[in-house]
Amino acid sequence: MREVAVIGVGMNRWGELWEKSHRTIWTEAALEAIADAGVDRVDAMYVGCMSGGLFVGQEHLGAMLADQLGMGPIPGTRVESACASGGLAFRQACLAVASGAHDIVLATGVEKMTDVDGGAATYALSTAADQEYECYHGITFPGLYAMMARDHMHRHGTTRQQLAAVAVKNHAHGVLNPLAQFPMKVTAEQVMESVMVADPLRILDCSPITDGAAAAVVVPLDMARQLSKQPPVRVAASAHATDALALHDRADLSWLASTAKAAELAYKQAGVGPKDLSFCEVHDCFTIAEIMVIEALGLAERGKGGAAAASGLTALGGKIPVNPSGGLKSKGHPVGATGVAQIRETVLQLRGACGQRQVKNASRGLTQNMGGTGASTVVHILERA
Amino acid sequence: MIGSARYWREIPQRYRYEAAKCAKCGRVAFPPRLVCAGCRGREFTPVKLAQTGVVETFTVIHVAPTGFGDETPYAVGIVKLDDGVRVTAQITDCETGKLAIGDRVKLEFRRLQQDGESGIICYGYKFVPAIG
Repeated sequence: MREVAVIGVGMNRWGELWEKSHRTIWTEAALEAIADAGVDRVDAMYVGCMSGGLFVGQEHLGAMLADQLGMGPIPGTRVESACASGGLAFRQACLAVASGAHDIVLATGVEKMTDVDGGAATYALSTAADQEYECYHGITFPGLYAMMARDHMHRHGTTRQQLAAVAVKNHAHGVLNPLAQFPMKVTAEQVMESVMVADPLRILDCSPITDGAAAAVVVPLDMARQLSKQPPVRVAASAHATDALALHDRADLSWLASTAKAAELAYKQAGVGPKDLSFCEVHDCFTIAEIMVIEALGLAERGKGGAAAASGLTALGGKIPVNPSGGLKSKGHPVGATGVAQIRETVLQLRGACGQRQVKNASRGLTQNMGGTGASTVVHILERA
Repeated sequence: MIGSARYWREIPQRYRYEAAKCAKCGRVAFPPRLVCAGCRGREFTPVKLAQTGVVETFTVIHVAPTGFGDETPYAVGIVKLDDGVRVTAQITDCETGKLAIGDRVKLEFRRLQQDGESGIICYGYKFVPAIG
Protein backbone atom coordinates (compact mmCIF):
# COMPACT_ATOMS: atom_id res chain seq x y z
CA MET A 1 0.00 0.00 0.00
CA ARG A 2 1.25 3.49 -0.84
CA GLU A 3 1.45 6.25 1.75
CA VAL A 4 -1.19 8.93 1.26
CA ALA A 5 -1.18 12.72 1.67
CA VAL A 6 -3.67 15.59 1.47
CA ILE A 7 -2.53 18.53 -0.67
CA GLY A 8 -5.68 20.60 -1.04
CA VAL A 9 -8.86 21.43 0.90
CA GLY A 10 -11.99 23.47 0.26
CA MET A 11 -15.18 24.53 2.01
CA ASN A 12 -17.77 27.25 1.56
CA ARG A 13 -19.60 29.32 4.18
CA TRP A 14 -22.17 27.02 5.79
CA GLY A 15 -25.71 27.95 6.69
CA GLU A 16 -29.21 28.20 5.23
CA LEU A 17 -28.17 28.74 1.63
CA TRP A 18 -31.56 29.18 -0.05
CA GLU A 19 -30.05 30.78 -3.15
CA LYS A 20 -27.68 27.88 -3.83
CA SER A 21 -28.46 24.37 -5.03
CA HIS A 22 -26.99 21.05 -3.88
CA ARG A 23 -24.83 20.87 -7.02
CA THR A 24 -23.63 24.48 -6.67
CA ILE A 25 -22.47 24.22 -3.07
CA TRP A 26 -20.69 20.96 -3.88
CA THR A 27 -18.95 22.38 -6.94
CA GLU A 28 -17.77 25.49 -5.04
CA ALA A 29 -16.05 23.35 -2.39
CA ALA A 30 -14.60 20.93 -4.97
CA LEU A 31 -13.14 23.73 -7.11
CA GLU A 32 -11.62 25.38 -4.04
CA ALA A 33 -9.87 22.16 -3.01
CA ILE A 34 -8.52 21.62 -6.54
CA ALA A 35 -7.28 25.24 -6.69
CA ASP A 36 -5.77 24.95 -3.20
CA ALA A 37 -3.83 21.87 -4.30
CA GLY A 38 -2.89 23.49 -7.60
CA VAL A 39 -3.58 20.36 -9.65
CA ASP A 40 -5.03 20.45 -13.16
CA ARG A 41 -6.78 17.10 -13.14
CA VAL A 42 -8.62 14.64 -10.93
CA ASP A 43 -8.49 10.89 -11.66
CA ALA A 44 -11.48 9.83 -9.53
CA MET A 45 -13.86 11.30 -6.99
CA TYR A 46 -15.91 10.20 -3.98
CA VAL A 47 -19.01 11.98 -2.71
CA GLY A 48 -20.23 11.52 0.86
CA CYS A 49 -23.94 12.31 1.07
CA MET A 50 -26.48 10.89 3.48
CA SER A 51 -29.71 11.48 1.64
CA GLY A 52 -29.85 13.37 -1.63
CA GLY A 53 -33.08 11.48 -2.21
CA LEU A 54 -34.97 12.70 0.85
CA PHE A 55 -33.50 16.21 1.05
CA VAL A 56 -33.54 17.27 -2.61
CA GLY A 57 -35.02 14.29 -4.49
CA GLN A 58 -31.71 13.58 -6.22
CA GLU A 59 -29.70 10.37 -6.24
CA HIS A 60 -27.00 9.21 -8.72
CA LEU A 61 -24.70 11.82 -7.23
CA GLY A 62 -21.45 10.27 -8.46
CA ALA A 63 -22.36 10.93 -12.07
CA MET A 64 -24.21 14.19 -11.49
CA LEU A 65 -21.34 15.83 -9.64
CA ALA A 66 -18.60 14.45 -11.92
CA ASP A 67 -20.60 16.07 -14.73
CA GLN A 68 -20.71 19.38 -12.80
CA LEU A 69 -16.95 19.26 -12.17
CA GLY A 70 -16.30 19.22 -15.93
CA MET A 71 -13.21 17.03 -15.75
CA GLY A 72 -14.36 14.42 -18.20
CA PRO A 73 -15.74 10.93 -17.66
CA ILE A 74 -13.93 10.22 -14.38
CA PRO A 75 -15.29 7.57 -12.01
CA GLY A 76 -17.56 9.23 -9.45
CA THR A 77 -18.70 7.17 -6.46
CA ARG A 78 -21.29 8.17 -3.88
CA VAL A 79 -20.67 6.85 -0.37
CA GLU A 80 -23.35 6.65 2.33
CA SER A 81 -22.93 5.94 6.01
CA ALA A 82 -25.48 8.38 7.51
CA CYS A 83 -23.65 11.25 9.25
CA ALA A 84 -20.33 9.44 8.73
CA SER A 85 -20.73 9.58 4.93
CA GLY A 86 -18.08 12.31 4.54
CA GLY A 87 -15.47 10.58 6.66
CA LEU A 88 -16.10 7.37 4.79
CA ALA A 89 -15.80 9.13 1.40
CA PHE A 90 -12.41 10.47 2.51
CA ARG A 91 -11.40 6.96 3.59
CA GLN A 92 -12.43 5.51 0.21
CA ALA A 93 -10.34 8.18 -1.54
CA CYS A 94 -7.35 7.28 0.66
CA LEU A 95 -7.80 3.56 -0.10
CA ALA A 96 -8.06 4.29 -3.84
CA VAL A 97 -4.74 6.16 -3.74
CA ALA A 98 -3.05 3.70 -1.35
CA SER A 99 -3.99 0.75 -3.57
CA GLY A 100 -2.46 2.34 -6.66
CA ALA A 101 -5.79 2.45 -8.49
CA HIS A 102 -5.67 6.26 -8.84
CA ASP A 103 -3.15 9.07 -8.22
CA ILE A 104 -5.18 12.26 -7.75
CA VAL A 105 -8.48 11.63 -5.96
CA LEU A 106 -11.07 14.16 -4.83
CA ALA A 107 -12.82 13.33 -1.53
CA THR A 108 -15.96 15.37 -0.95
CA GLY A 109 -19.04 15.62 1.20
CA VAL A 110 -22.27 17.53 0.72
CA GLU A 111 -25.74 17.93 2.17
CA LYS A 112 -28.47 20.36 1.17
CA MET A 113 -30.89 20.12 4.11
CA THR A 114 -32.97 23.31 4.15
CA ASP A 115 -35.11 22.72 1.06
CA VAL A 116 -37.44 20.61 3.25
CA ASP A 117 -39.30 21.63 6.42
CA GLY A 118 -38.26 20.60 9.94
CA GLY A 119 -40.52 17.55 10.08
CA ALA A 120 -39.19 16.18 6.80
CA ALA A 121 -35.59 16.88 7.84
CA THR A 122 -36.18 15.10 11.17
CA TYR A 123 -37.59 12.16 9.24
CA ALA A 124 -34.67 12.07 6.77
CA LEU A 125 -32.17 12.06 9.66
CA SER A 126 -34.12 9.36 11.50
CA THR A 127 -33.52 6.94 8.62
CA ALA A 128 -30.06 6.43 10.17
CA ALA A 129 -31.76 4.61 13.07
CA ASP A 130 -33.77 1.36 12.95
CA GLN A 131 -36.96 2.34 11.08
CA GLU A 132 -39.09 -0.58 12.27
CA TYR A 133 -37.98 -0.94 15.90
CA GLU A 134 -36.91 2.58 16.91
CA CYS A 135 -38.47 5.24 14.66
CA TYR A 136 -41.81 3.38 14.42
CA HIS A 137 -42.31 4.23 18.10
CA GLY A 138 -41.90 7.97 17.63
CA ILE A 139 -38.26 8.32 18.67
CA THR A 140 -36.11 11.04 17.05
CA PHE A 141 -32.35 11.47 16.84
CA PRO A 142 -32.29 14.00 19.66
CA GLY A 143 -34.46 11.48 21.56
CA LEU A 144 -31.96 8.65 21.06
CA TYR A 145 -29.05 10.82 22.21
CA ALA A 146 -31.21 12.05 25.11
CA MET A 147 -31.58 8.41 26.22
CA MET A 148 -27.80 7.98 26.00
CA ALA A 149 -27.39 11.21 28.01
CA ARG A 150 -29.78 10.06 30.74
CA ASP A 151 -27.96 6.71 30.98
CA HIS A 152 -24.59 8.50 31.21
CA MET A 153 -25.92 10.88 33.88
CA HIS A 154 -27.47 8.03 35.87
CA ARG A 155 -24.42 5.78 35.76
CA HIS A 156 -21.55 8.22 35.84
CA GLY A 157 -23.02 11.27 37.58
CA THR A 158 -22.64 13.47 34.50
CA THR A 159 -24.44 16.76 35.10
CA ARG A 160 -26.63 19.12 33.09
CA GLN A 161 -23.92 21.79 33.54
CA GLN A 162 -21.28 19.48 32.05
CA LEU A 163 -23.41 18.95 28.94
CA ALA A 164 -23.79 22.73 28.60
CA ALA A 165 -20.02 23.20 28.91
CA VAL A 166 -19.55 21.40 25.56
CA ALA A 167 -21.88 23.82 23.78
CA VAL A 168 -20.29 26.86 25.44
CA LYS A 169 -16.79 25.73 24.40
CA ASN A 170 -17.65 24.84 20.82
CA HIS A 171 -19.51 28.09 20.23
CA ALA A 172 -16.54 29.99 21.68
CA HIS A 173 -14.34 28.23 19.10
CA GLY A 174 -16.85 28.79 16.29
CA VAL A 175 -16.73 32.55 16.83
CA LEU A 176 -13.18 32.32 15.45
CA ASN A 177 -14.24 30.39 12.31
CA PRO A 178 -15.38 32.68 9.47
CA LEU A 179 -17.23 29.82 7.74
CA ALA A 180 -19.29 28.72 10.76
CA GLN A 181 -23.08 28.78 10.57
CA PHE A 182 -23.63 29.99 14.16
CA PRO A 183 -20.47 31.91 15.13
CA MET A 184 -21.88 33.36 18.35
CA LYS A 185 -21.03 32.78 21.98
CA VAL A 186 -23.57 31.09 24.24
CA THR A 187 -23.59 30.88 28.03
CA ALA A 188 -24.31 27.79 30.11
CA GLU A 189 -27.51 29.50 31.33
CA GLN A 190 -28.69 30.08 27.76
CA VAL A 191 -28.06 26.43 26.92
CA MET A 192 -29.89 25.18 30.02
CA GLU A 193 -32.86 27.50 29.48
CA SER A 194 -33.23 26.94 25.73
CA VAL A 195 -36.26 25.14 24.29
CA MET A 196 -36.60 21.48 25.29
CA VAL A 197 -36.27 19.09 22.34
CA ALA A 198 -35.98 15.66 23.99
CA ASP A 199 -35.47 15.73 27.74
CA PRO A 200 -32.71 16.25 28.95
CA LEU A 201 -31.46 17.70 25.63
CA ARG A 202 -32.43 21.25 24.64
CA ILE A 203 -32.08 23.04 21.34
CA LEU A 204 -28.64 24.43 22.27
CA ASP A 205 -27.45 20.87 22.97
CA CYS A 206 -28.17 19.99 19.33
CA SER A 207 -26.19 20.63 16.16
CA PRO A 208 -28.18 22.56 13.54
CA ILE A 209 -29.67 21.77 10.13
CA THR A 210 -27.21 23.07 7.56
CA ASP A 211 -26.47 23.38 3.86
CA GLY A 212 -22.81 22.91 3.07
CA ALA A 213 -20.01 21.04 1.36
CA ALA A 214 -16.31 20.33 1.84
CA ALA A 215 -13.58 18.73 -0.27
CA ALA A 216 -10.01 17.46 -0.09
CA VAL A 217 -7.46 16.33 -2.69
CA VAL A 218 -5.68 13.09 -1.85
CA VAL A 219 -2.48 11.88 -3.59
CA PRO A 220 0.42 9.45 -3.00
CA LEU A 221 2.80 10.97 -0.41
CA ASP A 222 5.80 10.49 -2.68
CA MET A 223 4.16 12.52 -5.45
CA ALA A 224 2.80 15.28 -3.17
CA ARG A 225 5.71 17.71 -3.47
CA GLN A 226 5.90 17.46 -7.26
CA LEU A 227 2.13 17.90 -7.68
CA SER A 228 1.60 20.79 -5.27
CA LYS A 229 3.29 23.73 -3.58
CA GLN A 230 1.23 23.13 -0.43
CA PRO A 231 3.00 21.45 2.48
CA PRO A 232 1.72 17.85 2.32
CA VAL A 233 -0.23 16.46 5.26
CA ARG A 234 0.31 12.73 5.71
CA VAL A 235 -2.60 10.39 6.42
CA ALA A 236 -1.06 8.34 9.24
CA ALA A 237 -4.18 6.24 9.89
CA SER A 238 -7.60 5.51 8.44
CA ALA A 239 -9.97 3.24 10.35
CA HIS A 240 -13.64 2.34 10.27
CA ALA A 241 -15.80 0.25 12.61
CA THR A 242 -19.48 -0.52 13.10
CA ASP A 243 -21.83 -1.49 15.92
CA ALA A 244 -25.46 -2.61 16.32
CA LEU A 245 -27.77 -0.24 14.42
CA ALA A 246 -30.39 -0.01 17.19
CA LEU A 247 -29.30 1.65 20.42
CA HIS A 248 -31.20 -0.94 22.48
CA ASP A 249 -29.02 -3.73 21.02
CA ARG A 250 -25.79 -2.27 22.48
CA ALA A 251 -24.25 -3.86 25.56
CA ASP A 252 -23.66 -0.41 27.12
CA LEU A 253 -26.09 2.36 26.15
CA SER A 254 -23.64 5.21 26.69
CA TRP A 255 -20.35 3.70 25.49
CA LEU A 256 -19.43 4.23 21.82
CA ALA A 257 -17.93 0.85 20.99
CA SER A 258 -17.51 1.64 17.27
CA THR A 259 -15.52 4.79 18.12
CA ALA A 260 -13.39 2.91 20.64
CA LYS A 261 -12.69 0.20 18.04
CA ALA A 262 -11.91 2.60 15.18
CA ALA A 263 -9.65 4.63 17.50
CA GLU A 264 -7.82 1.49 18.65
CA LEU A 265 -7.18 0.52 15.01
CA ALA A 266 -6.10 4.06 14.09
CA TYR A 267 -3.71 4.44 17.03
CA LYS A 268 -2.13 1.10 16.09
CA GLN A 269 -1.74 2.07 12.43
CA ALA A 270 -0.15 5.41 13.29
CA GLY A 271 1.92 3.97 16.15
CA VAL A 272 0.69 6.68 18.52
CA GLY A 273 -1.67 7.06 21.47
CA PRO A 274 -4.10 9.74 22.64
CA LYS A 275 -1.28 11.58 24.47
CA ASP A 276 0.55 12.13 21.16
CA LEU A 277 -2.27 14.17 19.59
CA SER A 278 -2.15 17.97 19.28
CA PHE A 279 -5.93 18.33 18.81
CA CYS A 280 -9.08 16.48 17.65
CA GLU A 281 -12.07 17.25 15.45
CA VAL A 282 -14.95 15.08 16.70
CA HIS A 283 -18.60 14.39 16.02
CA ASP A 284 -20.45 16.60 18.54
CA CYS A 285 -23.89 16.18 16.94
CA PHE A 286 -25.20 16.62 20.49
CA THR A 287 -23.36 17.83 23.60
CA ILE A 288 -23.51 14.34 25.13
CA ALA A 289 -21.91 12.92 21.97
CA GLU A 290 -18.67 14.86 22.50
CA ILE A 291 -18.53 13.66 26.11
CA MET A 292 -18.92 10.01 25.04
CA VAL A 293 -16.49 10.46 22.13
CA ILE A 294 -13.63 11.85 24.21
CA GLU A 295 -14.01 8.82 26.49
CA ALA A 296 -13.96 6.37 23.58
CA LEU A 297 -10.90 8.09 22.08
CA GLY A 298 -9.07 7.73 25.40
CA LEU A 299 -8.80 11.51 26.01
CA ALA A 300 -10.81 11.08 29.21
CA GLU A 301 -11.41 8.09 31.47
CA ARG A 302 -14.57 6.06 30.88
CA GLY A 303 -17.42 7.84 32.66
CA LYS A 304 -15.34 10.99 33.26
CA GLY A 305 -15.97 12.73 29.92
CA GLY A 306 -18.38 15.21 31.47
CA ALA A 307 -15.92 16.35 34.12
CA ALA A 308 -13.16 16.53 31.49
CA ALA A 309 -15.31 18.68 29.19
CA ALA A 310 -16.12 21.11 31.99
CA SER A 311 -12.48 21.31 33.18
CA GLY A 312 -11.16 23.21 30.16
CA LEU A 313 -9.02 20.23 29.07
CA THR A 314 -10.60 20.28 25.59
CA ALA A 315 -10.80 24.05 25.01
CA LEU A 316 -8.39 25.99 22.78
CA GLY A 317 -5.38 26.56 25.02
CA GLY A 318 -6.21 23.40 27.01
CA LYS A 319 -4.13 20.22 27.04
CA ILE A 320 -5.98 18.62 24.10
CA PRO A 321 -8.22 21.06 22.18
CA VAL A 322 -11.32 19.34 20.78
CA ASN A 323 -13.21 20.91 17.88
CA PRO A 324 -11.15 24.06 17.32
CA SER A 325 -13.38 24.62 14.23
CA GLY A 326 -16.45 25.07 16.45
CA GLY A 327 -17.52 21.49 15.81
CA LEU A 328 -20.85 20.44 14.39
CA LYS A 329 -22.48 22.51 17.13
CA SER A 330 -21.33 25.95 15.93
CA LYS A 331 -19.84 25.33 12.47
CA GLY A 332 -23.00 23.50 11.37
CA HIS A 333 -23.77 19.90 10.40
CA PRO A 334 -24.60 19.31 6.74
CA VAL A 335 -24.50 15.61 7.51
CA GLY A 336 -22.67 14.23 4.45
CA ALA A 337 -20.14 17.09 4.47
CA THR A 338 -19.16 17.00 8.14
CA GLY A 339 -16.49 14.28 7.92
CA VAL A 340 -14.68 16.04 5.08
CA ALA A 341 -14.89 19.41 6.84
CA GLN A 342 -13.14 17.79 9.82
CA ILE A 343 -10.32 16.79 7.44
CA ARG A 344 -10.17 20.35 6.08
CA GLU A 345 -9.85 21.84 9.56
CA THR A 346 -7.18 19.32 10.49
CA VAL A 347 -5.15 20.02 7.33
CA LEU A 348 -5.36 23.80 7.90
CA GLN A 349 -4.38 23.40 11.56
CA LEU A 350 -1.35 21.31 10.54
CA ARG A 351 -0.40 23.96 7.98
CA GLY A 352 -0.64 26.57 10.74
CA ALA A 353 -3.24 28.45 8.71
CA CYS A 354 -6.10 28.77 11.22
CA GLY A 355 -5.53 32.34 12.42
CA GLN A 356 -7.15 33.06 15.79
CA ARG A 357 -8.29 29.48 16.31
CA GLN A 358 -4.86 28.01 15.57
CA VAL A 359 -3.76 25.24 17.95
CA LYS A 360 -0.18 26.06 19.00
CA ASN A 361 2.52 23.75 17.59
CA ALA A 362 -0.07 21.50 15.94
CA SER A 363 1.76 18.49 14.52
CA ARG A 364 -0.78 15.66 14.66
CA GLY A 365 -4.59 15.73 14.61
CA LEU A 366 -7.34 13.13 14.86
CA THR A 367 -10.78 13.23 13.23
CA GLN A 368 -13.75 11.17 14.42
CA ASN A 369 -16.92 11.08 12.30
CA MET A 370 -19.92 9.07 13.45
CA GLY A 371 -23.13 7.78 11.87
CA GLY A 372 -26.44 7.18 13.65
CA THR A 373 -26.15 6.73 17.41
CA GLY A 374 -22.64 5.43 16.83
CA ALA A 375 -23.41 2.45 14.58
CA SER A 376 -20.59 3.69 12.31
CA THR A 377 -17.39 5.50 13.15
CA VAL A 378 -14.57 6.62 10.87
CA VAL A 379 -11.31 7.82 12.48
CA HIS A 380 -8.35 9.41 10.70
CA ILE A 381 -5.01 10.58 12.06
CA LEU A 382 -3.18 13.25 10.06
CA GLU A 383 0.37 14.51 10.57
CA ARG A 384 2.67 17.16 9.22
CA ALA A 385 4.77 15.35 6.62
CA MET B 1 -44.22 5.97 4.02
CA ILE B 2 -45.26 2.61 5.46
CA GLY B 3 -46.71 0.46 2.69
CA SER B 4 -49.10 -2.39 3.45
CA ALA B 5 -46.59 -5.21 2.81
CA ARG B 6 -43.99 -3.52 4.99
CA TYR B 7 -46.55 -3.11 7.76
CA TRP B 8 -47.88 -6.66 7.44
CA ARG B 9 -44.42 -8.27 7.64
CA GLU B 10 -43.84 -6.96 11.18
CA ILE B 11 -47.24 -7.98 12.60
CA PRO B 12 -45.96 -11.17 14.33
CA GLN B 13 -43.53 -9.02 16.35
CA ARG B 14 -45.74 -5.99 16.95
CA TYR B 15 -48.97 -7.82 17.79
CA ARG B 16 -47.73 -11.11 19.22
CA TYR B 17 -44.19 -10.34 20.50
CA GLU B 18 -42.70 -13.23 18.49
CA ALA B 19 -38.93 -13.54 18.96
CA ALA B 20 -36.32 -16.22 18.18
CA LYS B 21 -34.03 -17.99 20.64
CA CYS B 22 -30.63 -19.17 19.39
CA ALA B 23 -30.40 -22.95 19.73
CA LYS B 24 -26.65 -22.71 20.39
CA CYS B 25 -26.12 -19.84 22.85
CA GLY B 26 -29.66 -19.05 24.00
CA ARG B 27 -29.58 -15.37 23.02
CA VAL B 28 -33.02 -14.03 22.08
CA ALA B 29 -33.28 -12.01 18.86
CA PHE B 30 -36.11 -9.50 18.58
CA PRO B 31 -37.03 -9.16 15.79
CA PRO B 32 -35.84 -12.61 14.63
CA ARG B 33 -32.65 -12.70 12.54
CA LEU B 34 -31.04 -15.26 10.26
CA VAL B 35 -27.70 -15.10 12.09
CA CYS B 36 -27.29 -14.90 15.88
CA ALA B 37 -25.52 -11.67 16.86
CA GLY B 38 -23.93 -13.49 19.80
CA CYS B 39 -22.48 -16.66 18.27
CA ARG B 40 -23.28 -16.63 14.51
CA GLY B 41 -25.64 -19.59 15.10
CA ARG B 42 -28.21 -20.24 12.38
CA GLU B 43 -30.77 -22.34 14.27
CA PHE B 44 -33.49 -20.71 16.31
CA THR B 45 -36.62 -21.75 18.17
CA PRO B 46 -39.62 -19.38 18.33
CA VAL B 47 -40.26 -17.77 21.71
CA LYS B 48 -42.57 -15.06 22.97
CA LEU B 49 -41.07 -11.97 24.64
CA ALA B 50 -41.45 -11.47 28.37
CA GLN B 51 -44.06 -8.77 28.80
CA THR B 52 -42.77 -7.01 31.89
CA GLY B 53 -39.47 -5.28 32.51
CA VAL B 54 -37.54 -2.34 33.91
CA VAL B 55 -36.93 1.12 32.41
CA GLU B 56 -33.18 1.42 31.64
CA THR B 57 -33.33 4.91 30.14
CA PHE B 58 -35.95 7.24 28.68
CA THR B 59 -36.60 10.64 27.17
CA VAL B 60 -39.61 12.90 26.85
CA ILE B 61 -40.06 14.00 23.24
CA HIS B 62 -41.06 17.66 22.83
CA VAL B 63 -40.21 18.02 19.12
CA ALA B 64 -41.84 15.07 17.36
CA PRO B 65 -41.35 13.53 13.94
CA THR B 66 -44.13 13.74 11.34
CA GLY B 67 -47.12 11.69 12.52
CA PHE B 68 -46.50 12.15 16.26
CA GLY B 69 -46.92 15.92 16.58
CA ASP B 70 -50.33 15.74 18.29
CA GLU B 71 -48.97 13.59 21.10
CA THR B 72 -46.16 15.75 22.53
CA PRO B 73 -44.85 15.65 25.14
CA TYR B 74 -44.61 11.86 25.21
CA ALA B 75 -42.11 9.48 26.80
CA VAL B 76 -40.04 6.90 24.93
CA GLY B 77 -37.82 4.48 26.77
CA ILE B 78 -35.52 1.51 26.45
CA VAL B 79 -36.84 -1.28 28.65
CA LYS B 80 -34.99 -4.42 29.66
CA LEU B 81 -37.62 -7.15 29.68
CA ASP B 82 -37.46 -9.91 32.27
CA ASP B 83 -36.02 -12.31 29.65
CA GLY B 84 -33.08 -9.93 29.10
CA VAL B 85 -34.25 -8.55 25.73
CA ARG B 86 -34.16 -4.76 25.38
CA VAL B 87 -36.84 -2.93 23.36
CA THR B 88 -37.59 0.70 22.53
CA ALA B 89 -41.20 1.89 22.89
CA GLN B 90 -43.36 4.67 24.24
CA ILE B 91 -44.15 4.69 27.95
CA THR B 92 -47.71 5.89 28.43
CA ASP B 93 -50.48 6.22 31.03
CA CYS B 94 -47.98 7.83 33.39
CA GLU B 95 -46.91 11.31 34.47
CA THR B 96 -43.78 11.89 32.40
CA GLY B 97 -42.35 14.12 35.15
CA LYS B 98 -42.41 11.24 37.64
CA LEU B 99 -40.91 8.60 35.37
CA ALA B 100 -37.60 7.18 36.62
CA ILE B 101 -34.92 4.70 35.64
CA GLY B 102 -35.73 1.41 37.37
CA ASP B 103 -39.52 1.77 37.08
CA ARG B 104 -41.32 -1.52 36.37
CA VAL B 105 -43.47 -1.47 33.24
CA LYS B 106 -45.49 -3.92 31.14
CA LEU B 107 -46.27 -4.20 27.43
CA GLU B 108 -49.74 -3.35 26.13
CA PHE B 109 -51.22 -3.36 22.64
CA ARG B 110 -51.96 0.21 21.49
CA ARG B 111 -52.48 2.43 18.46
CA LEU B 112 -49.17 4.12 17.59
CA GLN B 113 -49.67 6.36 14.57
CA GLN B 114 -51.67 6.89 11.45
CA ASP B 115 -49.33 6.92 8.50
CA GLY B 116 -50.07 10.04 6.49
CA GLU B 117 -49.73 8.96 2.90
CA SER B 118 -50.79 5.32 2.91
CA GLY B 119 -53.41 5.94 5.58
CA ILE B 120 -52.56 2.75 7.46
CA ILE B 121 -53.37 2.95 11.17
CA CYS B 122 -50.30 1.55 12.85
CA TYR B 123 -50.64 -0.59 15.97
CA GLY B 124 -48.08 -2.15 18.25
CA TYR B 125 -46.83 -2.18 21.81
CA LYS B 126 -46.38 0.59 24.33
CA PHE B 127 -45.27 0.31 27.94
CA VAL B 128 -47.52 1.23 30.85
CA PRO B 129 -46.65 1.25 34.56
CA ALA B 130 -46.78 -2.22 36.15
CA ILE B 131 -48.28 -2.07 39.58
CA GLY B 132 -46.69 -4.31 42.23
